[in-house]
Amino acid sequence: MSKVKAAIYWCSSCGGCDESIVDLGERILAIREAVDFVFWPCAMDPKYSDVEAMADGEIVVSLINGSIRTSEQEYMAKLLRRKSQLVVAFGSCACFGGIPALANLTSKKGIFDRSYLTTPTTVNPEGIVPLEHSKTAEGYSMELPSFYETVYKLDDVIEVDYFLPGCSPNGDMVANAMGAILAGKLPPKGSMLLPDIALCQSCDRNSTKPESLTITEFKRLIHVQADPTQCFLNQGILCMGPATRDGCGFPCVKGNMPCTGCMGPVGSKDQGARMLSALGGIMEGETEEQIAKALDGIPDPAGTFYRYSMSSSFMGSHRKENKP
Amino acid sequence: MAEFEPNIVAFVCNWCSYGGADSAGGQKLAYPANIRLVRVMCSGRVDPEHVVAAFREGADGVMVMGCHPGNCHYRNGNHKALRRFRLFERMFLQLGIDKDRFQLEWVAAGEGKKFQDVTTAMTERVRALGPLVISGFVPEEVSHV
Ligand code: SF4
Ligand code: SF4
Ligand code: FES
Repeated sequence: MSKVKAAIYWCSSCGGCDESIVDLGERILAIREAVDFVFWPCAMDPKYSDVEAMADGEIVVSLINGSIRTSEQEYMAKLLRRKSQLVVAFGSCACFGGIPALANLTSKKGIFDRSYLTTPTTVNPEGIVPLEHSKTAEGYSMELPSFYETVYKLDDVIEVDYFLPGCSPNGDMVANAMGAILAGKLPPKGSMLLPDIALCQSCDRNSTKPESLTITEFKRLIHVQADPTQCFLNQGILCMGPATRDGCGFPCVKGNMPCTGCMGPVGSKDQGARMLSALGGIMEGETEEQIAKALDGIPDPAGTFYRYSMSSSFMGSHRKENKP
Repeated sequence: MAEFEPNIVAFVCNWCSYGGADSAGGQKLAYPANIRLVRVMCSGRVDPEHVVAAFREGADGVMVMGCHPGNCHYRNGNHKALRRFRLFERMFLQLGIDKDRFQLEWVAAGEGKKFQDVTTAMTERVRALGPLVISGFVPEEVSHV
């Protein structure tokens, strides 16, 4: 039997998603039996021209990780879409923008100024910043990909067949998803390859989760020793479980760290709004002073509630004026 | 060019603020046609996802109106609304959304005049701000709330 052709590509990502595939350990051998990786820049030395030379639909499945910030990433996403029968948005950056999309809390100009001009360790008296088009002293033209004003999730630029969130998706999730793809046992297109319930439902601290007004202040993890038996919210420590999709096996909670929400929103819901809703019901405070005091314990609400899902937030792509 | 007419979605609680809108009507106190009322049982029933959905679908401003503190027919729904609202406000600041686009008001059933005043003031504020543009980035970064 001929092997299934697969590709893995990275856009704006940290490399962790590629690492999660390598982390399959010996399970990757079984996948290698069935799959021929024709393009995987992290592990091989392929050229874009190799993909360009393929027939349309020649690749059975492309796993694309990372969000889309540059024209090069968009080009590769579109190229792989054309050459592939199935495209999976792999990891939370491809699904919802991920950590790179926190950059949407500032602007391209803010990022360039900070990175190339104002950081304390930068010495750049001539104010040199990267340009899309430039000429060297010898007269050669140089081109760089353009850097977009905003960070897109993958399905803002191409059609995506399946979504596998996680920062990064763990070995079991990857093995299950690959198994389902290879066996052709797939849910309807556009689905998440994971259950649509909140993390709290399977968390083993759920029985101590508060249902009524209990939180008077939010404590930062650096200031307290968390009780490993109690729901974090019950201890006044922010945990994103109520607004986050289940499926990871809550490794963070098991390690006595609250969930930061990496699996993204449950269903198509806005993760931040959902968390805000949950907190409104379990936070104490009727006067302005009480409420302000409690909220001061959440110094960065947007970055906390949308840590991995800024591109799918209501601030995100639906009304982005400058969609590529 | 014609003056910008904002779309404003106003969630009103059944027991007080909807009554307020009704009494404005009864007293022939006109309020702006820009305000689209959505009647809910209690201001505490307004899920943040409803607010977000309104903005996502094209609202330029959103109002939530409920009973005065102490008068909520479900005891403390309006306190819940207030906590969510204050948290929203902090988040909107970071997201580059002017906080004048989102208002919480207490309007009792008999307060037809107040209903007219707050909806008119809201419409004028949002009109002055112009259409809500969601560009997917925040031009002026707000690093700390
Ligand atoms: S809030 Fe966190 S600790 Fe509490 S039940 Fe949910 S996931 Fe578990
Ligand atoms: S517990 Fe939360 S942060 Fe940790 S892996 Fe699961 S979803 Fe991600
Ligand atoms: S019933 Fe009016 S705010 Fe709760």
